[in-house]
Amino acid sequence: MEKHWKSVISRSVCDYFFDHQRKASSPEDIPPVIATPHHYLISVYRSSMFFVAVCTTEVAPLFVVEFLHRVVDTFEDYFSECTESIIKEHYVVVYELLDEMLDNGFPLATESNILKELIKPPNILRTIANTVTGKSNVSSTLPSGQLSNIPWRRTGVKYTNNEAYFDMIEEVDAIIDKSGSTVCAEIQGYIDCCIKLSGMPDLSLSFVNPRLFDDVSFHPCVRFKRWESERVLSFIPPDGNFRLMSYHIGSQSIVAIPVYVRHSLCLRESGSGGRLDITLGPKQTLGRTIENVVLEIPMPKSVLNCGLVTNQGKYTFDPVSKLLVWEVGRIDVTKLPNIRGTISLQSGSPPVEANPSINVS
Amino acid sequence: MYAPGVNSSTTLSSSSSYNNDRPPSAEAVEVATDPASGGFFNSDYKKHDDLKQMLDSNKDNLKLEAMKRIIGMVAKGREASDLFPAVVKNVVSKNIEVKKLVYVYLVRYAEEQQDLALLSISTFQRALKDPNQLIRASALRVLSSIRVTMIVPIVMLAIKDAAADMSPYVRKTAAHAIPKLYSLDQDQKEELIQVLEKLLYDKTTLVVGSAVMAFEEVCPERIDLIHKNFRKLCSLLVDVDEWGQVVIINMLTRYARSQFTDPNLQDVDEDEESKRPFYEDENEVEEEQQEKRAPTLDPDHRLLLRSAKPLLQSRNAAVVLSVAQLYHHTAPRSEVHQVAKAMIRLLRSHREVQDIVLTSIAATATRRKVMFEPFLKSFFVRSSDATHIKLLKLEILTSLATESSVGIILRELQTYVAAHDPPFVAAAIQAIGRCASNIKEVTDTCLNGLVSLLSNKDQAVVAESVVVIKKLLQTQPSAHREIIIQMAKLVDSVTVPQARASILWLLGEYSERVPKIAPDVLRKMAKTFTSEEDIVKLQVMTLAVKLCLTNPKQTKLLCQYVLQLAKYDQNYDLRDRARFLRHIIFPADAESGGPTRLSKQAKKIFLAPKPAPVPESHFKDREQFQLGSLSHYINTKANGYQELPPFPLEAPDPKARDVETEPQVMEQAPLFTAKKVSSKKDSTFYSDTESPEDESEEDENSSDEDDDDDEEEEASSSDKDDDDNEDEESSGLEEKLPIKVVKSTAKPKSDEEEEEDESDEEDSSSESVSDSDSEDESSEPSSVPKKQVRNAKPAKESTPVAKPKSNLDLLLDLDDVSPAFTPIMTPSLGGFLTPMSTPSSQVKTQLFPDIQPASAVISPNTTSELLNKINSNGLEIKYRFTRSPHLYSPSMASAELTFHNHGPDELTDIRVGEKPTSGGVSIHDFAPIPSLSPGSSLMGTIGVDFADSTQPVNFEIKIGSDRTYPVALKVPVGEVIRAVAMSEELFLKQQGGLRGMNENTAKLSLTKPCTDLKSLTNKILTVANLGVIPNSDSSTLRFAAQTLSSKSTVLVSLLSSDNQNLTITVNCEKMVIGSMLITQLKACLAD
Repeated sequence: MEKHWKSVISRSVCDYFFDHQRKASSPEDIPPVIATPHHYLISVYRSSMFFVAVCTTEVAPLFVVEFLHRVVDTFEDYFSECTESIIKEHYVVVYELLDEMLDNGFPLATESNILKELIKPPNILRTIANTVTGKSNVSSTLPSGQLSNIPWRRTGVKYTNNEAYFDMIEEVDAIIDKSGSTVCAEIQGYIDCCIKLSGMPDLSLSFVNPRLFDDVSFHPCVRFKRWESERVLSFIPPDGNFRLMSYHIGSQSIVAIPVYVRHSLCLRESGSGGRLDITLGPKQTLGRTIENVVLEIPMPKSVLNCGLVTNQGKYTFDPVSKLLVWEVGRIDVTKLPNIRGTISLQSGSPPVEANPSINVS
Repeated sequence: MYAPGVNSSTTLSSSSSYNNDRPPSAEAVEVATDPASGGFFNSDYKKHDDLKQMLDSNKDNLKLEAMKRIIGMVAKGREASDLFPAVVKNVVSKNIEVKKLVYVYLVRYAEEQQDLALLSISTFQRALKDPNQLIRASALRVLSSIRVTMIVPIVMLAIKDAAADMSPYVRKTAAHAIPKLYSLDQDQKEELIQVLEKLLYDKTTLVVGSAVMAFEEVCPERIDLIHKNFRKLCSLLVDVDEWGQVVIINMLTRYARSQFTDPNLQDVDEDEESKRPFYEDENEVEEEQQEKRAPTLDPDHRLLLRSAKPLLQSRNAAVVLSVAQLYHHTAPRSEVHQVAKAMIRLLRSHREVQDIVLTSIAATATRRKVMFEPFLKSFFVRSSDATHIKLLKLEILTSLATESSVGIILRELQTYVAAHDPPFVAAAIQAIGRCASNIKEVTDTCLNGLVSLLSNKDQAVVAESVVVIKKLLQTQPSAHREIIIQMAKLVDSVTVPQARASILWLLGEYSERVPKIAPDVLRKMAKTFTSEEDIVKLQVMTLAVKLCLTNPKQTKLLCQYVLQLAKYDQNYDLRDRARFLRHIIFPADAESGGPTRLSKQAKKIFLAPKPAPVPESHFKDREQFQLGSLSHYINTKANGYQELPPFPLEAPDPKARDVETEPQVMEQAPLFTAKKVSSKKDSTFYSDTESPEDESEEDENSSDEDDDDDEEEEASSSDKDDDDNEDEESSGLEEKLPIKVVKSTAKPKSDEEEEEDESDEEDSSSESVSDSDSEDESSEPSSVPKKQVRNAKPAKESTPVAKPKSNLDLLLDLDDVSPAFTPIMTPSLGGFLTPMSTPSSQVKTQLFPDIQPASAVISPNTTSELLNKINSNGLEIKYRFTRSPHLYSPSMASAELTFHNHGPDELTDIRVGEKPTSGGVSIHDFAPIPSLSPGSSLMGTIGVDFADSTQPVNFEIKIGSDRTYPVALKVPVGEVIRAVAMSEELFLKQQGGLRGMNENTAKLSLTKPCTDLKSLTNKILTVANLGVIPNSDSSTLRFAAQTLSSKSTVLVSLLSSDNQNLTITVNCEKMVIGSMLITQLKACLAD
């Protein structure tokens, strides 16, 4: 699918991109900016699709990357997921969206609240209604929000139940060395909101200990000044779902890691294969249970298959990507989850150390 | 999706033309939409017939369906241009969605079908007048996107109209259309710039971003267009949409680089820092010291940095990075580190963002280690990172390594070596090598570690280690005989050519340390020579030659053999090398009859000590590009890259940024430059003896050195445009200027221009003050009333000669600052056409040209309450007269207002409400206060023209939208007059003219005898704003002043017959003032 602004560029520029794609071992390895003799290809990789922008002149690459991500976000917002088939199905809406979002290579309207007023998101009900009444899902009036100084909120919002939900997501990222001590750990947190309030609500959110945040970033609706002077989030929220802020608690502060892993893994060269024994345990949970634990181990290429036994959850091993995934589920303190078994190896390949990375949610 | 109805279209195609008025029969249409009718077998040329059919129908949903399918084709990149005529007709469609899709199609194909595209133009022209702003905007958007040269004039007209549209959305679209038209027709540039200029003046956040974008595309070199908008852009920056922010910040970075001086000028050269990484810490200390005495930033520069800073917290990575680059390129060194944290945060974003941010960090880190050192751990590699991100992180880790942190880094690197990602492992080993050679303390440890890697099972690891060790050994070969031996042994096992070549080179270079092994290795290599890679073969030859020179006995034959083999190699490089070496080592004895000169020197040629390679970051040379730009990322100049100008040595005129929205004033703007240029010439007028060339330099010194007040203290004109010699010193002086103040010359001048000078003087001082003040208040709308501009003396316009002096005057007399006289400024009013006096008063003052305003010696500290906190629920306003002329008009007394919020709530929007209009009394408002948080206070300045009366002036203070409080500003009689200076004779002469009714005399005896006339003077000056007259008679004190509004002279004389008894005489035209003043003076002296 292609859309041109400014002048038409032949599809063949993508060949450069495909070249790189072929060379790269994984889709993540493709550099985001590819310079060709006359054009620059800037791409992002989201939900196993590449979105490639072609530009001819100097432009801040992050500008383009951010925009492409925003495009994908908008698609996800409209179609609830963004896959190849969905985009193919809704190509007209996609085209209309792109047309609104970009004009002559410069972003026009990227706030989803505005876009939704211009182009109604498709749903079955509306599709039926449209075919019956002959109405279209393109609005004929300019959304008023575009003109106000709060462009992110549409006007005339009405709800019978006024609700606001805040979702706090925290990710702990840690590197732990062989002996189990933490090399570095940091927390990335997000506050996602779902606000369904009528009119023009002005909200403020205060934190018990705002000093904890090392660094924060906000949705444009947040008033910087209030935050700077009082550490209070004061904002007029957009309608619907959005990410209010994200924060970062860096490696300087002490981060409690909720789980520990006791592992023994040896891969021997002989035909008998290696052994794997991993035990998970909770750590400093303050009485809360840990759920949805997933353990992923990218195995070295020489591993052929795994014959493992778990006392909890189930494991899968993908022989193509060599990824061992163990879905543990809830960690019970009395009976620590454990996985053990043998790993069969391709003979003759050198043993390599495995780097387990753990994803806890 | 693909549902063509062939059956019907084939039947109809013969009869229907595009302009067929007859609507297709209902049946035919129905068949056409029936997907079951199937059409996969129709031939290509008829393929679109059904679509045309549907487009011709009169049903919107059919048209829509057809358009959707056409758009589908366009989207897939399939040719759909043959449908153009059928589609274009539908541009008039009422259905907005059909219309939209037609627009999309039109934009795509208009260039190919120019003639037909013209058919649609009239529709757009009609749409441009549509009352719906969305339709106006989209019509302009499409119209400007149609790339047909013929319509350029139409588009031009449309843009001009749209730029003046009511709706900001349409204006935004107009801004977008400008670069489109520009790319279509470059000749329109001048006209487009005019439109653009108008758009840049726009105050709507919606428009500004797009206007700057257009500016960047059309005329990035016209930096002069930005001057007037600079402050506005800064203040609006936070509210502009994210994309606009990026463009604006990038543009302002360039602007700052061209308009402000380098804030790091006095710091150590940054290159030095990176050249000597070992002395890093010492440098930092130095830097810090230097920062303390760093020159003050231009207030505008500061404003830019300050308004950009909150954007570091934007969710948009592009905005954050653009702020980071702004700081990197323009901020003083002590402030750059603020951006580090935000950049680290971006590392948690998408992979692509990470990659670009890391590239920027890598480039920055080579120069500013300190900045990222606290975040070292954030660059530790995660196993889930993509390879190119891992490599970038490694790069950064190595650049950041210092003695203190190298331990941690090396431990990490050690772990990385065990990873299973070959390029990453190789990079990790190289990183170890770089750490080792950069930080002497760890070289040995690293070397040992690398040697142990030699026994690693992975070929690639071994090979990479060999290469790195080779480089390391070059730095200190003496101590490492064992390592060389061990490496020599590896020749048998290592297969990677690069590694083999490195080993051979090492052996050759240090063969004297391993005299036994080297020839043996050469022997082995000679055996396998033919099967080696080219790079290895070259090194075998080098080794052979070197050994032949050091140990000819054992190796001469071997060497000859190797060269012989190389002579017949397939690679011409090798053959060439062999021939070249042979002639040096084994000169053709037969012909020359002895060793040639070259062969004698062979040892020197081949065994010369070679400098060790210095491993450098390959991000080092990226400094030339603007951080975060495409060119920076790909490290080559991208098409259309705007180079970042170096800082100017001296800042261009900051006055250019003064905001004057009054069109009349703007037209005058060129005068500023004219003034500057000529000021130097005019300076001879004041400095009698010095030649104009010497003057400026000498003056710079004198103004710094002696601050004593002579008759005419001269300061440099510091005319930046002319003066090339100006150095930092003078630019420092330049910065101080605005705070310094005009003091009127004491020397009387008799020419008529005096008055001119005076007013100009104040004007220019107001301008310069506005530079420093307006930082806070620049957003305040300017409101120079037009009427007053016209009132400006005609003389002013007729004697332009006088104008050039004004700048100079300001500078000439600056000295001996009396803070009371500092003109207080409501910034936008400092335009130099601001009238200084009404015509009537001029006539009066010109009668006595020798009377000049003088600065008040004492400014009273007594404050009075204007608004009580109890009355106003918390807001307390106090006022104090500053005795400085208000800049809005000299007939106004300026009072300093102190606002204090005692209440619990924040007060917003405090401003002056209703004002008196009658009786010649007028008020110039203080700058409205947007908000006052509880417990805080703010200052403001209000100007009041009391019309020479002491009646309290009543007006209203408004808070928010609904609270209004009447207040009364009382003025003591001593404040409605202004001190003047005059000579004693003049005083007596004037006094003689003001006898009788105009004279008030009072006698009083002091309670305690006064010995000191000075304390008496002080007492009097506290009460009234009077100027002291130089006196020949010791028993008399004389003071003079003028009333503010009508400029009537007020003369006070104090005769003390003895120490106890005083006679006060007040002569004043205004009898009321006179009598009030004498009462007040009496009261104060009696105390």
